[in-house]
Amino acid sequence: MSTTTAPTEAADGEIGRARLRKEDRRLLTGRTRWTDSLTLPGMVHLSLLRSPVAHARLTNIDTGAAKQAPGVVGVWTGADLPEQGQMPTAWTVSEDMLTPPFFPVSVGAVKHVGDIIAVVAATSKEEADDAVELIDVDYEDLPVVTDPVAALADGAPLVHPELGTNVCATWGLDSGALGTGGSAAEAIRAAEADPDQVVIRRTLRQNRITPAYIEPRSIVVDPTAEQVTLWSATQVPHIVRLLMAMTQPVAEHELRVIAPDVGGGFGGKLQFTREEALVLLIAQRLQLPCKYTESRSESMQSSHHARDQVQELTLAARRDGTITALEVKLTADMGAYLGILTAGIPLLGGFMFNGIYKIPAYNFHCTDVFTNKTMTDAYRGAGKPEATFGIERMLDELAVELDLDPVEVRRRNWIKREEFPYATVAGLTYDSADYDQATDRALELFGYDELRAEQQRRQSSGDPVRLGIGVCTFVELSGLAPSRVLGGLNYGSGGWEHASIRMLPTGKVEVVAGTTPHGQGHATAFAQIVSDELGVPFEDITLITGDTGMSHKGMDTYGSRSLVVGGMAIVGAARKVVEKAKPIAAHILEADVADIDYHRGKFSVRGTQSSVTISEIALGTWLAHDLPDGLEPNLDSDNTFDPENFSFASGPHLAAVEVDTQPGQVTLRDYVCVQDVGVLVNPLIVNGQVHGGLAQGIGQALYEDIHYTEDGQLTTGTFADYLVPAAPDVPRFRTDTTVTESTTNTLGVKAVGETGTTAAPPAIVNAVLDALRPLGVRDITMPCTPVNVWTAIQQAAQQGQE
Amino acid sequence: MRPVAFDYIRPDSVEEAWQALADDDDATVLGGGQSLIPVLRFRLAAPTTLVDLGAIEALKQIREDGEDLVIGAMATHHAVAHDPLVRAHASVLAQAAASVADPQIRYRGTVGGALAHADPAGDIAPAALALDATVEITGPDGTRTVPARDFFEDYFTTDLQPGELLSALRVPKHTGWGMHYEKFSPAAQSWAIVAVAAAVRTEDGTVAEARLGMANMGAVPLRAPAAEQALAGRPTHGPATGEAAARAGEDTDPPSDLGGTPEYRRHLAGVLAGRAVQTACGAAGAVEG
Ligand SMILES: Cc1cc2nc3c(=O)[nH]c(=O)nc-3n(C[C@H](O)[C@H](O)[C@H](O)COP(=O)(O)OP(=O)(O)OC[C@H]3O[C@@H](n4cnc5c(N)ncnc54)[C@H](O)[C@@H]3O)c2cc1C
Repeated sequence: MSTTTAPTEAADGEIGRARLRKEDRRLLTGRTRWTDSLTLPGMVHLSLLRSPVAHARLTNIDTGAAKQAPGVVGVWTGADLPEQGQMPTAWTVSEDMLTPPFFPVSVGAVKHVGDIIAVVAATSKEEADDAVELIDVDYEDLPVVTDPVAALADGAPLVHPELGTNVCATWGLDSGALGTGGSAAEAIRAAEADPDQVVIRRTLRQNRITPAYIEPRSIVVDPTAEQVTLWSATQVPHIVRLLMAMTQPVAEHELRVIAPDVGGGFGGKLQFTREEALVLLIAQRLQLPCKYTESRSESMQSSHHARDQVQELTLAARRDGTITALEVKLTADMGAYLGILTAGIPLLGGFMFNGIYKIPAYNFHCTDVFTNKTMTDAYRGAGKPEATFGIERMLDELAVELDLDPVEVRRRNWIKREEFPYATVAGLTYDSADYDQATDRALELFGYDELRAEQQRRQSSGDPVRLGIGVCTFVELSGLAPSRVLGGLNYGSGGWEHASIRMLPTGKVEVVAGTTPHGQGHATAFAQIVSDELGVPFEDITLITGDTGMSHKGMDTYGSRSLVVGGMAIVGAARKVVEKAKPIAAHILEADVADIDYHRGKFSVRGTQSSVTISEIALGTWLAHDLPDGLEPNLDSDNTFDPENFSFASGPHLAAVEVDTQPGQVTLRDYVCVQDVGVLVNPLIVNGQVHGGLAQGIGQALYEDIHYTEDGQLTTGTFADYLVPAAPDVPRFRTDTTVTESTTNTLGVKAVGETGTTAAPPAIVNAVLDALRPLGVRDITMPCTPVNVWTAIQQAAQQGQE
Repeated sequence: MRPVAFDYIRPDSVEEAWQALADDDDATVLGGGQSLIPVLRFRLAAPTTLVDLGAIEALKQIREDGEDLVIGAMATHHAVAHDPLVRAHASVLAQAAASVADPQIRYRGTVGGALAHADPAGDIAPAALALDATVEITGPDGTRTVPARDFFEDYFTTDLQPGELLSALRVPKHTGWGMHYEKFSPAAQSWAIVAVAAAVRTEDGTVAEARLGMANMGAVPLRAPAAEQALAGRPTHGPATGEAAARAGEDTDPPSDLGGTPEYRRHLAGVLAGRAVQTACGAAGAVEG
């Protein structure tokens, strides 16, 4: 699938080795533990009645027949569960943000197709499903609004009439006010009056998509022990525990949350779900273990969606291509409710619209809007793919306007190597990069000049199959996050991460991490890091995660933080182990602590041959027969790491597409990316992350589209209608890396997980437009499906005739 | 979701299958299950008995019968795609079968099930139409045959009556004809937005006879009479066939969905028909020498 020239064998040590993933033997041979595989004695199965309509008052719910159905243990509506608490949102983006009522089971009204109306518990899942069909609901239809722009109009139907508006919140950032640059409004006004400048205005649309993880969400709750145990297919067991305790009738110390094997998340499982809450509520009522596993249809309807925003962009630049101002006006679709980060996702983009460019004046304004659709929230990139799409599409528009090469116009604006660390107009400080080096390498790998020549030839010969070349030079904020920064954004948690290292008497090591993997390869990468720190063989290190009972502290996995923040927590814990071992080594070697040197698991007395290994010390510490006076017989160490800054991965992505203009078909012919993700802990895992991210980015660009009718019916509720690319739909990726070490963490690492979804959509859409501009096409609806491509060509032809 | 509970019968013979269907008015035939099982899981149907034809060996055969090929209803898409007889005498059917979904589905889904299900976007029917094939139907009252072009009545509705089985697809051998299947799908393994099957007989460098079968251009799989007539007599080389085939979308009322507007589908039918016919003419020309 890929050719890469990334280093595969580092000079020494584990970091940099392309190790096969430890976890794969088990995962690939099916020796797995998914939540849905759990069966507990006396377990009861839950099924949900979900709303078939987008907006209605529930005037009557008759559960009588369902209660009488075979195997049924109980049926509850929202009104039957007075103990249920409001579902929390963790990000109140502004003081006047409006938060609608949102309960595990809806009370009185439904706000989108898939909204939860009632819960049935039965002795089998089949009986529960059968009984759901017997619940009789009277719906009094209410007016529906699905388009976020229409929702802002006077007299638009209100999703939550009691709020009096569909505006959830507004949020802005202005470089003039912030002191990070000038006033964008003034700069644009000046540009309009200046014949040496151009002002480009475009309205772009981000399609609504869904994370489409392969393992449906599943929850099991066992209330029959001292602590209630909740297993969930979640990315965030620690967050689920906390939010459950803060909002539902269970105390934090009475709840243990376990995320066993989790089959993908991509942000879709970065949520505290109503389903988690209601399974707990029913288990408590029945005092029996309960299970709920969603069907794929339920997942498509009710697991949070993502993106869905309208971007009104204004870019001012001098005629030589240097940008003078950028103004961004977003209308972001929240859907009907607020999940844990819903309102804040577009804001994350607010910090990234300036991209890798030196922009002297910037203004960002976002309006969060309610509609009668499923709520949106994080999905691989969370706000940043939206921003990257906006700025990278605008850079191409600028290139066209000024008749410049799209790479050249970027080069004239991007930050130079020697300008790092660079304080951006959006208030962040980028750590390191060399955009020239990476881009030159990518252009060479891609054969950019040859492709441009071929494009020219095919255009002059009138070839109905056009060649298009698309560029995106992205930057990606990663390593969520310095806690103080989050505090400034009124985000409801810190951004630290926690880790422990347990030194076992046999010299083996257990790493306990607060991050929670669901496909990333943490067990492998973390073992590589710890192996280098402690000099313990890679095979002798195991990872414990995803269980609040064993890993009591953590912020979990999202926002490209597991390595950048979580990895640093592990390094810190390992270094504490070494510090604890030092006096014991000195005692064994009969030397002064000050004379002890440490390297990769070996303590030695400076200037002598005598040494002792960390494994020997581990056994000695366990025996505790002969330790220095007053020393605690324990090498185990905990560490909590709070980053001081983010790190910033970056790099050029180049796409070559062929557009068959007759049917309107886009074929991805070649894809090259050269990324700077800092130090590569494991190049194989890096490449895997790039490939997976690219496939999802290609999905957004060419295939995926969550679509609702005007009356709020979801028409893409199955994988037959919501198309995700499969193996035959993606090209052979050609990837490479350049390395500038991050300066914000001692590992020198940046992040990689979200790069593909961030960079691929603009690269591909730019390529499609590049192919079609000679036909008069100026914009295209994403995803670039055949009908959308054909329609764009037809419209251009009609406009050409007028 | 899960289906409503049902009984399951797996007879060894066609006669036993008839009996099972006669015993329960709400019984349904199970072929490869690739369309029926999703229907059951969505609870769009709730039959009380499933009569699985999977153990009836006679229904799986693909054989020659004089000037015809007889393709048993339970022959899988995979079997049809790889069968030497089909490839030699009705290659467009093999090509269509090979284009269905993905390998897993082709190993289970059957020709009979695809025809009986009558999804207008299905790949088997257009090939059957282009080949002027006949559907064989058997029931306790005997066996009858229906031309494929009369078999489909509406969306997911055919001439099959309660208690009857589709036993085979009878395909006249098209030895020496040029054929091609153009399927246009939004992703490699998905259903067609539109597809066109072309079968062309050429004489002395002109089209003597052309038949086109189209998927997803209406409530049922369609022929394209205007284009077929326009094709007759056209030189096989050059743009003439493409121009004639472009009329394939005429007088159709295709569906509107995320895959395409009716206008787009009519355009697409013309483009695909042109491509299918041109490739078919090339193949026929190669045979003619
Ligand atoms: C993900 C997916 C993608 C697909 N993509 C495509 C595609 O691209 N193109 C395409 O053409 N098809 C596609 N299909 C459908 C596939 O071709 C099915 O195999 C076919 O439609 C039904 O065949 P079956 O044998 O599975 O029938 P079943 O699902 O068993 O039955 C379908 C219907 O036919 C009836 N039936 C079956 N056999 C008989 C018989 N002998 N006599 C009377 N009635 C009978 C059943 O009662 C039922 O009503 C896809 C299916 C899936 C699940």
